[in-house]
Amino acid sequence: MMNNFRLFLIPVLAVALAIATGAVIIALSGSSPVDAYKALIDGSLSDSKSIGRTLEKATPLVMGGLAVAFAFKAGLFNIGGQGQLVFGALIAGAVGYGITGLPWIIHTPLALLAGAVAGAMWGAIPGILKASRGAHEVITTIMLNFVALNMTDWLASKVWREEGVIVRTPHIESSAEIPRWGELPAGFFLAVVVAFLCWYLLRSTTFGFEIKSVGLNPNAASYAGISVKKIVIMTMAISGLLAALGGAIETQGVVGRYEPGFNAGLGFEGITIALLARTHPLAVIPAAVLIGAMEAGGSMMQFKADVSPEITDIIQALILIFVATPILVRWFLSQKETNELSVSTTWGSS
Amino acid sequence: MSANPSKNIKQFFFSKRWWILTTVLLVFFTLWTSEFQQANTTSVLVSTLRHSTPLVLGAMCGLLCERSGVINIGIEGQMLMSAWGGFMVASTSGSLLLGVFAGIGIGMMMGAVLAGISVGLRGDQIIAGTVINIAALGITSFFFSLGRTLPSGKAQVIKLGPLADIPVAGRVLFSNKPITFLTLLMIPTLWFLLFRTKWGLRTRAVGEHPSAAETVGISVIGMRYLNVIMGGGIAGLAGAYLSLEAVGSFERVMTNGKGFVALAVMIFGRWNPVGAWGAALLFGYASAIQTQFQFRDWLTDDPQFIGIIPFVVTIVVLAGFVGRARPPASIGQPYSRE
Repeated sequence: MMNNFRLFLIPVLAVALAIATGAVIIALSGSSPVDAYKALIDGSLSDSKSIGRTLEKATPLVMGGLAVAFAFKAGLFNIGGQGQLVFGALIAGAVGYGITGLPWIIHTPLALLAGAVAGAMWGAIPGILKASRGAHEVITTIMLNFVALNMTDWLASKVWREEGVIVRTPHIESSAEIPRWGELPAGFFLAVVVAFLCWYLLRSTTFGFEIKSVGLNPNAASYAGISVKKIVIMTMAISGLLAALGGAIETQGVVGRYEPGFNAGLGFEGITIALLARTHPLAVIPAAVLIGAMEAGGSMMQFKADVSPEITDIIQALILIFVATPILVRWFLSQKETNELSVSTTWGSS
Repeated sequence: MSANPSKNIKQFFFSKRWWILTTVLLVFFTLWTSEFQQANTTSVLVSTLRHSTPLVLGAMCGLLCERSGVINIGIEGQMLMSAWGGFMVASTSGSLLLGVFAGIGIGMMMGAVLAGISVGLRGDQIIAGTVINIAALGITSFFFSLGRTLPSGKAQVIKLGPLADIPVAGRVLFSNKPITFLTLLMIPTLWFLLFRTKWGLRTRAVGEHPSAAETVGISVIGMRYLNVIMGGGIAGLAGAYLSLEAVGSFERVMTNGKGFVALAVMIFGRWNPVGAWGAALLFGYASAIQTQFQFRDWLTDDPQFIGIIPFVVTIVVLAGFVGRARPPASIGQPYSRE
């Protein structure tokens, strides 16, 4: 019981430390940290409209965080969330505008599914490269991010382009739009459901057990008859699916179409969120809401307190530093209790 | 060593047959696509060398760290921070030299951070590197300010006297900017240091079998700190190259994945500075080829397909070679004296 409490304390402390350090930086750059943080809260949590915006921003972050956390369970580090997300967003947008005349009960899930499957296929590539050739997923996923950005750019400007000067796909049919309930985006609740599904899959199914076995010790898992290669490929595919679903929800629930430059930087935020949640699928939800609130309130902070919204990037980086470095963990837990993340074990081995 | 020298030469050529074949093919392809015009060929080769410089520097940073057993996935962030820091110092002070030193210094500090987390605190090395990448992105974006320039302009080309007048080779090899020359000198120097000196032997011992190294009195922790910090300095030089020598200003995310391509270069070059140079030239060529395509008017309507070439080459190389290339044995494992 005490341990659980302490484990919970580490991320909370990391966030508090990061916010305090952020305050010092704001003060050093000549603004008032109190005003800045007040504006930040104003813009993200003060009324139903701003809360709606926070949840809207948090939705792809939940999915991006889940994608990273899920892969972590099998000892894999998926930095390719960005590429998988843009593929999902683009394909969902294409299905959303290209197919007409369907009732929404079919069209909306169809577009979501198409986006998710595209992301799963894109995510499976680094899994296959790792399983068959031993290429480390950290490098291949990053390289595939650049490839994906170029390819979606090309598809949006050449294949599925809207008439006109702006490079983007046409607006999706209303039958493919994810509704809002008042100010609250339904997409967020979909993301929460997916988080619970991931939690259940990892906790209570054989497949989940196999994933965790491979993550803890691939050699032992292999000895126990688990096909490590299959698990690596499947896990990367699911991880890609999760990130892509985040992109599809963003297209169908918020933007309404795909535009190049869509949600840049999300892949990295997914890492922050997954580590902040200590890779627990359910803890990803509050972590994503926290980061989402920072993004929703960032523009208000610039407007009211004249602080560049990039300060939230720094706070996020600081959170990550405090969460990922074992200093804090060592302070609160004795050596034996630490169950630290490790993804370096398979570097360069084939 | 065989006593028969001609057999030795044969063996050498046989063992390097893929390198030789690739080089011949590339030379031919270059000549063909530049329509056998000297000016075109020269410009492609110059562009290849220019693109390869930050890659080989990044790869040397990576191999210094990995030879001593530490994975450095944060090269990208180290380069970006140094590119920014070097540019800020140079634009404030007006001195390019000061900017380059600042870039190296910041790179060493970032190296110290990586070493502190992964060697000192025995944290996961890949997560530590990722932290550096994300922090660098956040910090450089926050402190990025438009409209800053270099009062002295970017670094200028130095011509090495009459050597620079040799056709093609003169322009490519003997008429370069300072950091490019420095890099060309560093490649053989680092090779010599790694494979022919006591320090190099110790570094490799620490990377292969740390506990054995410790038994004979080598400080594993000390060697790892030293090498990771030195590697950071080299990545810092690569950053300074980007902002002060290649572009002449700082742009957001200007490293654009070069730090990760450098890791592939390091693996392709089998953790050897000279091998890494060969690999970096190949990757530099994959980037320089964009101009080639423009000469022939290929794919100019779909520039995205040209843009992915270096990244696809990286993936193919990793998938093709990583299984056969053997990294230092103790890589990725934190060391603690039991």
